[in-house]
Amino acid sequence: MRITSPHAHGPMSTPRVMLNVLLATVPGIVVMTHFFGFGTLVNILWGGLVAVACEALALKLRGRPLGFYLKDYSALVTATLLCIALPPYSPWWLIAVGIASAILLAKHLYGGLGYNPFNPAMAGYVILLISFPVQMTAWAPPRGVGELPGLLEALQACFTPAAFDGVTMATPLDVMKQNNSLLVKDLWQQNPQFGRWAGVGWEWANLAFLAGGAWLLYKRIFTWHAPVAMLAALTLMAALFNDGGSSASGGSPLFHLLSGATMFGAFFIVTDPVTSAVSVRGRLVYGAMIGALVYIIRVRGNYPDAVAFAVLIMNFAAPFIDYYTQPRTYGHQRSGGGE
Amino acid sequence: MRKIYGFHGGIHPPENKHQSLRSPIADAGIPPELVIPLSQHIGAPSRAVVAVGDRVLKGQMIAEPSGFVSVPVHAPTSGTIAAVEDRQIAHPSGHAAPCIVIASDGRDQWIEHGGKADYTSLDKAELLERIRNAGIAGMGGAGFPAAVKLSVKPDIKIETLIINGTECEPYITADDVLMRERAGEIIEGTNILRHIVQPHETLIGIEDNKPEALAAMRAAAEGSDIDIVEFPTKYPSGGEKQLIEILTGKQVPSGGLPADVGVICQNVGSAVAIRDAVVDGRPLISRITTVTGEGVAQPQNFEVLLGTSMHYLLDKAGYSAEKNRRLIMGGPMMGFTVPSPDVPIVKTTNCLLAPAESELPTPPPAQACIRCGMCAEACPVTLLPQQMFWFAQGKEFEKLELHNLFDCIECGACSWVCPSNIPLVQYYRASKAEILQLRRDTEKSEHSRIRFEARQERLAKEEAEKEAKRAARKKAAEERAQQAATAGGDEDPIQAAIERAKAKKAAQQAGGGEVSELEKLEKAVATTRKRLETATGKLETAKAEGSDLVEALQTGVDKTKAKLEAAEKALHDYQQANSGEQAKPAAPTDAAQAAIEKAMAARAADASLSPEDKARGQLEKLRQRLEKSRTKLAESRENGDEEKIIEALEATVERLSQKVAEAEKQLQETEGA
Repeated sequence: MRITSPHAHGPMSTPRVMLNVLLATVPGIVVMTHFFGFGTLVNILWGGLVAVACEALALKLRGRPLGFYLKDYSALVTATLLCIALPPYSPWWLIAVGIASAILLAKHLYGGLGYNPFNPAMAGYVILLISFPVQMTAWAPPRGVGELPGLLEALQACFTPAAFDGVTMATPLDVMKQNNSLLVKDLWQQNPQFGRWAGVGWEWANLAFLAGGAWLLYKRIFTWHAPVAMLAALTLMAALFNDGGSSASGGSPLFHLLSGATMFGAFFIVTDPVTSAVSVRGRLVYGAMIGALVYIIRVRGNYPDAVAFAVLIMNFAAPFIDYYTQPRTYGHQRSGGGE
Repeated sequence: MRKIYGFHGGIHPPENKHQSLRSPIADAGIPPELVIPLSQHIGAPSRAVVAVGDRVLKGQMIAEPSGFVSVPVHAPTSGTIAAVEDRQIAHPSGHAAPCIVIASDGRDQWIEHGGKADYTSLDKAELLERIRNAGIAGMGGAGFPAAVKLSVKPDIKIETLIINGTECEPYITADDVLMRERAGEIIEGTNILRHIVQPHETLIGIEDNKPEALAAMRAAAEGSDIDIVEFPTKYPSGGEKQLIEILTGKQVPSGGLPADVGVICQNVGSAVAIRDAVVDGRPLISRITTVTGEGVAQPQNFEVLLGTSMHYLLDKAGYSAEKNRRLIMGGPMMGFTVPSPDVPIVKTTNCLLAPAESELPTPPPAQACIRCGMCAEACPVTLLPQQMFWFAQGKEFEKLELHNLFDCIECGACSWVCPSNIPLVQYYRASKAEILQLRRDTEKSEHSRIRFEARQERLAKEEAEKEAKRAARKKAAEERAQQAATAGGDEDPIQAAIERAKAKKAAQQAGGGEVSELEKLEKAVATTRKRLETATGKLETAKAEGSDLVEALQTGVDKTKAKLEAAEKALHDYQQANSGEQAKPAAPTDAAQAAIEKAMAARAADASLSPEDKARGQLEKLRQRLEKSRTKLAESRENGDEEKIIEALEATVERLSQKVAEAEKQLQETEGA
């Protein structure tokens, strides 16, 4: 047996990276379940099943060993991330279509794990958002604002959607977007879904995802560059265009930081290594551009939330960013990079 | 407190150094047989200066350097030269290389030797000569001759002399124990180096995981200008370029040498070897080697004679082969698997690592790269390993070079951190080798192109000259004809030519024949001799340069020699025959005449044939030749002739087959027309 150096290997492994990511979503999921009921959990359970089935099917068609590749848990991560992003109480077929698009189209058609240019979860999300806008924008009212369905009802909502009679309500980002006459202060008073800093439930869910992300940073699963750059750019944009709360205001920086998928995106989507830029400088640019795009699309675009679109657009740009941000190698002169 | 600069990336693998630090340096003793490779360093291999059966004394030079970047080799103990032959050496490929084998007599009898305690009375050149003559080559692992490293150009000013006591590889403790036990000698060696290099400052860099070594070195350096610098442990701090960056903040330019930024680096082991060489006159014949891993019962450091078999040394530490899956020379990060434990310890063997399978498990199959970037974070030279992996897989060599593949120091940090177990550094090593091979090939084909073009040019020039001569002759003939026509009127120019030829022949037969024949033979001898001289000259230069043309040239010289002998013999025979009796002058002329006539007849016959018949005849001839070549090849194969001959014959057969095919095609065309 001839083995070349290095003979030793560090403790990190890809399945461990994936499990860490899964674990880090737990606080966010708990908070979401607390505020929006069992919908998200049912999403994840059903989505996970579909994802493993799709992954197995794709691997079988591609002639890859099933056990070896299923054990990397990447399909479960994709499913979990997509199902967190989907509205709770989504019907089973919506989830299945989204997962199948993510795993089969966005991931395996491009060559499987590591070869996909686009974040599979976000690709699946955008396919659903464009194809089924009604279902995709139907969010349940948070605890304290509306009635929360029980576990049984949640299962019913998923598997027999026709029999489920759920209440839906516009999300705070939606309300903010549609507003064209009220001062932000009045808006806050007239709509029950606004909480202390942002939306009821949303603000806590965002903080929980921030906590999960911080834990991943501590575990050195990814570096701080892309998420911090994204949050900083979003804050900067919101601060620049926050006119003090007029009817034309885009919302305060705090509102944007704690609304929608901001923290979830920053720590679980933007940090996806496969589809992001690779160098330190590259990740700073990549994250900052996503942050800026999120604000622009939220305030000026057609959709209330924008993380998915911003991420996909920057996925396109990642190779380009890589080309211009190659780091200076030891012993080389500082140069513009690229050339 | 000195500023510590640090470097990008790096990793913290488990150190595993304590195992071999429980006991002091032990003497490995004198094995019955020592196998000393002639190439233990970077550069040209040494040349053996002893023969089988010679008795040698400890410290006696047994091989001399064969170039500037080369070092001599000395007998590690007294004994008899048992063999000078190829033996398997410690090299990843497991190949055999020239070695001198000494059967030791156990007396360990030193050759007369002496040093100079007051080294300051020696000048730089003398000191370098002593270091070179002692055979000292980088003890840190790379094996670069110390004297070459110290011979910087006089216009380069060395600011900083760095003595490397970092030893960042896990498991290895050879430098650590050396610093603990022989700190005084290291400082003495460092002072000799300072005397040679005359630096502004002298730094000894030691990682903070060696507190005992640090304390010993600090005590030994007390009161001197030598600065012992402690810095945080991180792999690969001991890499020359990394250590220079940590201590000075300077980066050695890509493709450059530390001297370019005013730094010279030497290992602590080299410092001791230099001290021994200068002060005691003791050449490099032993070194400290760590023997460790769960495959040995008592991991520890040994002072071991160079040439000792690894097996002998492992047994001293209680080696159990069944516990050990692979034997590694060097550390777990950059060491290589040795082909067999019977290979010898050399100047660069700082560690023998015999791990159990559970200790350094066989790597699991690689998973997909998820571009997590942990490799880029770990890379000490700030490369983008994940990108380079992508390019290496696609063999995109240009992009690899753009991503500075050749700045990779192959420390293995990227492979170590990779969560997908991708053998990254292995990919880079393979790509480097492939690129270098491609470069060599391009160079070769460029050479051939230039040679070919020069030949084409020469041929064209010759053809042009011939053409010009032909034209001149034609013109002259026309003029003569015209002159004849105007002057003689009815005289036939053809008739005149015939008569001229006849006259010439008559003159030849009348006695000019011998003279010209003799001249011809003499001329042949002279030209052949001249050719032999040039060929021999060429051969000599080729040999001196070690060119791979030597064999071809040798055959050329041999052939020319044979020709010269033949020519001389012919001349001699002719002279004998002519001096005895002038009887046979006609014979050679006649033979020549016959040959001429035969050729003319053949041509005439040819001319009378139709082009079709001609082609057919040619084809037939070619077929015959091909048949002959095939038989020869078959014979050659049966006889088991040299590969070269068989290859040449194969080439001939192929060429002839091609020609036959062409001729057949031509024939078809002619018939078709």
